[in-house]
Amino acid sequence: MSKMESEQEFEKARSPFAEAWGMFRRNHTAVGALGVLLLILLGAIFGPFLYGVDPFEMVWAPFSPPGEEGFMLGTDYLGRDLLAMIISGARVSLLIGLSAALVSILIGVTVGALAGFYRGWVEEVLMRVTEFFQVLPTLLFSMVLVALFGASLPMITFAIGVVSWTAVARITRSEFLRIRELEYVMAARASGGSNKTLMFTVILPNALPPIIVQSALMVGSAILFEAGLSFLGLTDPNVVSWGQIIGSNRQYILDAGYTVTFPGIAIFVTVLAISLVGDGLNDALNPKLRQR
Amino acid sequence: MAPLLEVENLRIELTTRDGIAPVIDDLSFTLNAGETLSFVGESGCGKSMTALALMGLLPDKIGRVASGKIIFNNEDLTQASDARLREIRGNDISMIFQEPMTSLNPVFTIGEQIAEVLRAHQGLSRAAAWAKAVELLDAVRIPNPKGRASDYPFQMSGGQRQRAMIAMALACEPKILIADEPTTALDVTVQAQIFDLLTDLRRQTSAAIILITHDMGAVAEMAERMIVMYAGRKAEFGPVDQIITHPRHPYTKGLISCVPHIVSDMTEERPDLIEVPGIVPSLKDFGQDRCLFASRCAYVTDKCQASRPSKKLFSNGQIADCWHAEDL
Amino acid sequence: MQFLQTTLIRIFYAIVLLVAVLVLNFSLMHLAPGDVADTISQSMGGADQELLDRIRSDYGLDQPFLVQLGRYIAGVLQFDLGFSFFYNQPVTKLIMERLPATLLLVVTAQLLALFLGVFLGVISARKPNGLTSHFVTFMALFGYAAPVFWTGILLLIGFSLHLHWFPVAGMRDVTISGGFWVHFVDVLRHLILPMITLASIFLALYSRLARATMMEVLGSDYVRTAKSKGLSQRQVVYKHALKNSLSPVITLAGLQFSAVISGAVLVETVFSWPGLGTLAFQSIIARDTPTILGILFFSALVVIVGNLLTDIALRLVDPRLRGRS
Repeated sequence: MSKMESEQEFEKARSPFAEAWGMFRRNHTAVGALGVLLLILLGAIFGPFLYGVDPFEMVWAPFSPPGEEGFMLGTDYLGRDLLAMIISGARVSLLIGLSAALVSILIGVTVGALAGFYRGWVEEVLMRVTEFFQVLPTLLFSMVLVALFGASLPMITFAIGVVSWTAVARITRSEFLRIRELEYVMAARASGGSNKTLMFTVILPNALPPIIVQSALMVGSAILFEAGLSFLGLTDPNVVSWGQIIGSNRQYILDAGYTVTFPGIAIFVTVLAISLVGDGLNDALNPKLRQR
Repeated sequence: MAPLLEVENLRIELTTRDGIAPVIDDLSFTLNAGETLSFVGESGCGKSMTALALMGLLPDKIGRVASGKIIFNNEDLTQASDARLREIRGNDISMIFQEPMTSLNPVFTIGEQIAEVLRAHQGLSRAAAWAKAVELLDAVRIPNPKGRASDYPFQMSGGQRQRAMIAMALACEPKILIADEPTTALDVTVQAQIFDLLTDLRRQTSAAIILITHDMGAVAEMAERMIVMYAGRKAEFGPVDQIITHPRHPYTKGLISCVPHIVSDMTEERPDLIEVPGIVPSLKDFGQDRCLFASRCAYVTDKCQASRPSKKLFSNGQIADCWHAEDL
Repeated sequence: MQFLQTTLIRIFYAIVLLVAVLVLNFSLMHLAPGDVADTISQSMGGADQELLDRIRSDYGLDQPFLVQLGRYIAGVLQFDLGFSFFYNQPVTKLIMERLPATLLLVVTAQLLALFLGVFLGVISARKPNGLTSHFVTFMALFGYAAPVFWTGILLLIGFSLHLHWFPVAGMRDVTISGGFWVHFVDVLRHLILPMITLASIFLALYSRLARATMMEVLGSDYVRTAKSKGLSQRQVVYKHALKNSLSPVITLAGLQFSAVISGAVLVETVFSWPGLGTLAFQSIIARDTPTILGILFFSALVVIVGNLLTDIALRLVDPRLRGRS
């Protein structure tokens, strides 16, 4: 009995991060997924240096099947090396996935925090705006933005971020609404904390767990979103991305199904890994489950 | 005459994280037609588990009847098929639950929920069942029963919902009505009304009632015999008036002295308001070969810690499972 | 009465939301570099300033922004979404031709995902460690992580190109002649793969949520009451428990309409489905501003109507919501 108590105290004394990591580590699927994700990240960063084939260059006859002539994944309709394209595409997918998620999190947290903290007309207005963005057909709207204002990476990032923040805003708002009524916030308020202090140093850190979990999922959604846009051809013509490989090869699926299969697997595995890590984070950060 | 219900050496085991625990440990009792038998004890003593076992509704995969018999009308319910149990449930044996707020289905009307029982067991048509449901609501004294039958549970007060539950339980004129803490969740004034209603209905329907409660006042008012349960075991059993005037188990004594007015009605002295110290042991301590009440008992001796008390029979029909029953 | 009143308030609010959508989209188009006149002249291979000015005055583009906006909204209120120079047709007519195909795809996919999702959820809730339950977990992961256009292409390769079970593209076979049922079967054969593809994303969401709610509901007091009444398993699960576990799933489905339309754009492209999605794609590439605006408007309309229907469905399922606004 006493041993158990001391163990519990030991657990209490650890930092929140160490504690969350301790919980996360127990979820073997999530840890495996994290490993896969790190591999993909490393591949995106160092891959082009290790595998020096230019993804834009015609290196062999079009539609060479995988494994033949030294090209592991074969060539596409222009005779470009599919492996080189997928490695190069990883950079774009991850970059846009991360930065678009960041944009939507920044917008969502700001809107949600202001609405949940100030309540009253501020909340009313911001929530109406949120509802408005929920009604917008997200993909169509981003397509229009990219088509009208140019298919550059920053524009694509913005176009994805600006339509994806509503879920973050709703979660942040409800967390703020819940936490602002708790005793320690009342205490901080009573001891003369400014609104800024209350929002950023008292409430926000406590609202983070669900926001972090949602953010992880946002990265996955943003990667899928970018893949959708580039599948339709709405992408920067100067870079390769996974969705674009599928889109540009899709007329030839009867002869060369692998040209759409492999990039699709790349998207699938990346997003799957992110979602499994997200599940792991959810379990690790959810205090209700901690006792198990 | 053979008793209506006979429970013999019933043992119910629950699978918990710490292993298998006997929530009901060697329980035997009989129930006669038209009689009211009361189960008394704190929460977690196995009263509700007994009720669920009688209904054949032990939690799936977690709880099971390990040994013993439940004989109803010469039929052992522990051996009965699911289909047979469904015929009995709501028809011959029915039950009222503790939480009227959550025990009614929120998305169906009261009338529908009552009529459904009649359709299931008596094969009534939709219209006939509805008409009978309205009658039943009237019988449990819900004003404007015709209108209220179309109401949803959220449109009713707690007391009215419990009346509706009673109407539902009595719809098929069961031989046994199990009332599991029927008033615990209600206001004090409403509690009295519900008990009055149950008393009246018992007179009219001749159903036997198993009343599970920790309200000793209600026991004194309604029941002929009582069983005091502690940690899954029967602590004391006998006629209510005998037990209340002279409890033979320290736990019963403690419970009774928690309720000042019964004692003051029955005896001259007026002791201070006291409570039974300590708490019910956790499930993992159930089933040990010793007196499970020993840790809370003022009369505890080494013998109590060494072996499980055997039954002590008294000439007035009282039975107590305590090594010191005669000394009390 | 209250039901009617809250519904009317919601409809009014929906109209306000729609006007806001119109204003935003119109302003956006106005902000974008280039206008209709530029696009027309480009398609004609260039035009001099005089011609450009004439086109601008024909289209009212020389008017101040607010006047143009006012005219556009006034037009929309009379079901006039302008004229598409690219298709040489009124936009309203263009959209009305394409809308049924999109609605057919979107509605059938949503319904398939809902019914199958709830069904799988119920079965797996009753046996949390059973085969169906593992299937639901697998589906949930696959449906979330697989890009919908990729799922569509894989199904196309497998079932149309190799097995020849289904047609490769389009919504109907023009060479077929016959009565209503012949055409019905023809459309159905074309519909199955796109519908399954689109439903796969949402099936994942709904089955997972349905399983979670169903498990909670099966442990509730009122389900115990239903059992204590001697009702059959079927009645306990499919009457008492099911109706209670529907609300969260319907709420979630209502939130997905915008995502369903996004998915439909991609699925329509993969299967050459003649709906709003393919029209949107073509008109965006062609910079056909009136058509783009019209499609954005109609998509928002579909989402809003979807939300209203969700609301009504919720009130039907849960009487507790009926009295409230």
